[in-house]
Amino acid sequence: MSDPKELKYSKTHEWVRVEGEEAVVGITQFAQDALGDITYVEVPAEGDAVEQEKECGSVESVKAASDLISPVTGTVVAVNAELENAPEVVNQDPYGKGWMFKVKLAGPVEGLLDADAYAKVCAEEAH
Amino acid sequence: MADMFKTPLAAWHEAHGAKMAPFAGWWMPIQYEGILVEHRHTRTQASVFDICHMGEFTVKGKGAKDALLHAFSHSLATLKEGRCRYGFILNEEGGVLDDCIVYNMGEDDYFIVVNAACIDRDFKTLCERMPAGVACQDLSSQIGKIDLQGPKSCEVLERFLGQNLHDLAYFAFRETEWNGKRLLVSRTGYTGELGYELYVEAASAQALWDALLEDERVKPAGLGARDTLRMEAGLPLYGDELDEKHTPVEAGMGRMMKNECDYVGRKGLEQVREVLLGLELEGRRAARHGDRLCLESGEEVGVVTSGTFAPSLGKSIAFAWCRAGQEGAASFVIDNGRAKLKARKVETPFYKDGTARVKLQ
Repeated sequence: MSDPKELKYSKTHEWVRVEGEEAVVGITQFAQDALGDITYVEVPAEGDAVEQEKECGSVESVKAASDLISPVTGTVVAVNAELENAPEVVNQDPYGKGWMFKVKLAGPVEGLLDADAYAKVCAEEAH
Repeated sequence: MADMFKTPLAAWHEAHGAKMAPFAGWWMPIQYEGILVEHRHTRTQASVFDICHMGEFTVKGKGAKDALLHAFSHSLATLKEGRCRYGFILNEEGGVLDDCIVYNMGEDDYFIVVNAACIDRDFKTLCERMPAGVACQDLSSQIGKIDLQGPKSCEVLERFLGQNLHDLAYFAFRETEWNGKRLLVSRTGYTGELGYELYVEAASAQALWDALLEDERVKPAGLGARDTLRMEAGLPLYGDELDEKHTPVEAGMGRMMKNECDYVGRKGLEQVREVLLGLELEGRRAARHGDRLCLESGEEVGVVTSGTFAPSLGKSIAFAWCRAGQEGAASFVIDNGRAKLKARKVETPFYKDGTARVKLQ
């Protein structure tokens, strides 16, 4: 699966879909594959402030626990409640049904990678 | 990876897309398709596990039985030929140097299976504790071990060997031949399911692995699923639940300590400083090795030895050391530095529907 061209990416393997003044956030195909079977997802609550490059939750798999780092700054306006009981959706559809939360952006989105630059980050880490 | 030991199957694992990682100095497959899939397959069908990293010794010669009765905790006095038994190699203080299975192959003739990380120390300890005239051999590099585990494993192995295995009881074994090679079939395992541990010369391990996988009911499983399976079955892992600082009695194995000889470490078993608890957590979030075990008041009373999301239970489980006298608490809090997870003590095995002990006759 290649990473969608229309998304932006962080070096810490989160993706961002900008929709006007809002942005949807999830973790990438590379991240879900590296973690393996995901068993628990903790996302920020609606109304929480999140800050770019700051921890805002966690993702656990059978073998590992990993911080969720917010790729944008703003206020959480929606969370994917389905993940509470079905975190495996993140493995099955990381760019679709496995989305994690939606943010009302505090300003323009900056400092993220496009799909090509992100692919290079993944290629380096895979070694 | 270059300085890692590799089993005879390592190239196969890599060629079949396994995620590999170091374990006890070995370059081992953690998963192929995924830990959850492999876990469920083992609970419902049959899986093969590459366990060639584990160690095997032989102990032979007049006096071997008496010497082993003093060297190990195993109650060999009542162990019949064709049967094997689980037990411990202890230090003088009663701490666990290793857990191992001893096979009675005949009069004063034993086969011992030990953990990969402990092979060298175990063999040195064994040799030191054996008198002249008893010969010890470390065959670890010459023997391959493949575990076939799961409720279908008896049917699979019967078809494979063309033999009836229904008469082989739990913790019994049989020596047979496969493909002209000596094969030891032991009805034991580490998953809580009906299963067999198969020992063959290392050079034939790949052929045995390939042949077992020809049965459509059999799939490979990695050490990831092996760990979630053994956790659910309430089985300890050396280095996590068992170590030199704790006795088998503290680890909840007291009822197994039936050897009446004055074996090394026996004196140390009387003192119980900590007890190992099985814990069930409230949610899906897992506790991990090293997390702090606390009372509701916040008082720290121990440490988590291992924890995982339990695929067959749909919730998280853990083992933890708890200061003796505090184990009766109605509930505990596991503090991992970022979150406080509620837990309560439960009886093990956590997963109670395992087929390991099923009577086939």
